[in-house]
Amino acid sequence: MSDSFAFKDVFEARAQTIIARYPEGRQQSAVIPLLDLAQRQAGGWLPADVIEYVAEYLGMPRIRVLEVASFYSMFNLEPVGENFVQLCRTTPCWLRGSDDLRAAAKDVTGCGLGETSADGKFTVVEVECLGACCNAPMVQINDDYYEDLTAESFKEVLESLKRGEKPETGSRTGRSGSEPEGGPTSLTAEGA
Amino acid sequence: MLRDEDRIFKNLYGRDDWGLKGARRRGIWDNTKALLELGREKLVEEVKASGLRGRGGAGFPTGVKWSFMPPEERRDGRPHYLVVNADESEPGTCKDREILRYDPHTLVEGCLVGGFAMGANAAYIYVRGEFFSEASNLQVAIDEAYEAGLIGKNACGSGWDFDVYLHRGAGAYICGEETALLESLEGKKGQPRLKPPFPAACGLYGCPTTVNNVETVAVVPTILRRGSSWFAGFGRENNTGTKIFSISGHVNNPCNVEEEMSIPLKELIEKHAGGVRGGWDNLLAVIPGGSSTPCLSKNICDTILMDFDSLREHNTGLGTAAVIVMDKSTDVVEAIARLSHFYRHESCGQCTPCREGMGWVYRVMTRMVTGDAEIEEIDMLWDVTKQIEGHTICALADGGVWPVQGLIRHFRPELERRIHERKGMTPAQAAE
Repeated sequence: MSDSFAFKDVFEARAQTIIARYPEGRQQSAVIPLLDLAQRQAGGWLPADVIEYVAEYLGMPRIRVLEVASFYSMFNLEPVGENFVQLCRTTPCWLRGSDDLRAAAKDVTGCGLGETSADGKFTVVEVECLGACCNAPMVQINDDYYEDLTAESFKEVLESLKRGEKPETGSRTGRSGSEPEGGPTSLTAEGA
Repeated sequence: MLRDEDRIFKNLYGRDDWGLKGARRRGIWDNTKALLELGREKLVEEVKASGLRGRGGAGFPTGVKWSFMPPEERRDGRPHYLVVNADESEPGTCKDREILRYDPHTLVEGCLVGGFAMGANAAYIYVRGEFFSEASNLQVAIDEAYEAGLIGKNACGSGWDFDVYLHRGAGAYICGEETALLESLEGKKGQPRLKPPFPAACGLYGCPTTVNNVETVAVVPTILRRGSSWFAGFGRENNTGTKIFSISGHVNNPCNVEEEMSIPLKELIEKHAGGVRGGWDNLLAVIPGGSSTPCLSKNICDTILMDFDSLREHNTGLGTAAVIVMDKSTDVVEAIARLSHFYRHESCGQCTPCREGMGWVYRVMTRMVTGDAEIEEIDMLWDVTKQIEGHTICALADGGVWPVQGLIRHFRPELERRIHERKGMTPAQAAE
């Protein structure tokens, strides 16, 4: 086993719960969830020794795990900032102003695309569709979605994170989920 | 307009409790045992009779798909699996997300009923990795269902054992393709498998497997409770039921809404999404069913119905029913070029026409945006997309070239105008 990395208590327990979901002899199925766990414990990215640890943990050849880690976009093979800011660039977000968000991110964090701020607080990247198109434009920061953004409201989110606060997630206009702005046009009947 | 009492997803907007208590109040898990008592065959017959077609994009009849699973008398000892595709990643589509986070019990109950109908004792729900809080809600719902004896050993007192497992992905559009999803679930890169064998014969871990979309599975218990004829009473023949539509882009109020199939596109947009920004006459184009479906120009949008057959007649498709609206301020070439960028990024790299083709198409499209091209290249682009289409293991490349074909079909004059303009030609010179 790699001696520089090992799942710590709660992570170890999680890993065991996950492995138990798959039939005997099919532990390899757990490789994606376990890499995700490992990435969380390792501070947002997967150094080589962590990949090696997961490979040994599951009894898989290292190359098979590396191949998974490099295939899926959520695994970072390089260090990232404390707040990993992913701007959605795909057409539905773009139609509603995602370009403005890129500029806003640059203003607040100083980061262009693919860059990490000097204080290590932010990494800004552009990603493909995150599947919240009715709440566009939107951004994912670590595990959280921030939706219905404008350049101004996005700047507020980033400023708040910069101050070490935890801004409210979801829609910035206050609507519930993806109901139409101004109130639903369906599901309004009594008892519906 | 569909009446609220006929809507299946009564908590689509998350205004009510998404947990078990709220779900029960909304009629979910109401005597599920009685549904299972119908027996495998009858369940499949009912789903066939309802006309339900897969809600994940391809629109294959669900009951027929289920009937491909080996019947009891032909079981060979291998376990059967239901795998739920919750890897929602088709640009424009964000409906399954609402089921996962606001009505997860519809899905868990659907897993039990659907799983039983195909002789499965376990379901895996593959949720796209980015949906972190959605997956958390779903896991809570699964735990609640175990706790209440609704799933697990002797699920709902039916005598049938049924497990439901959540599996989170890690960011790859291709894993929405059913065999890539199975590869990924087995702990590998998400690269599609050749078919045959089809999953019903040899799927997850080499066992009989059916892969269904979230919405498809989640609507089944309600269909069975209210009867297949109730469901079949909505929409046109062969296009039945209710459907969640995701309306995004240049509308006043983007939203998800459950409506009747075959609703006119214009009515859908005006009733629920507050109309096109700047009014209906400001409409330029609509992508009707998620990014893979070719766009339509306004004149078609005026009258078209939102169902499989109607959209098929106009060389496009219902897909996931994700309507992306573009008003006249849109640079439509850039809008489609961005989709080309998406498919280039998401190609798994396994088949040459897709791996090389998606990059090639994107590079030509970036030149089309600025007009830095020759007129003949429009036809060449068309020809190449036709050579890519149908020549790969899965449909990703087809989905990647269809938007470009839609652009050429409906907006060729715009492509030509840009090329001429860049060459400094006046419209009169260009016409010669």
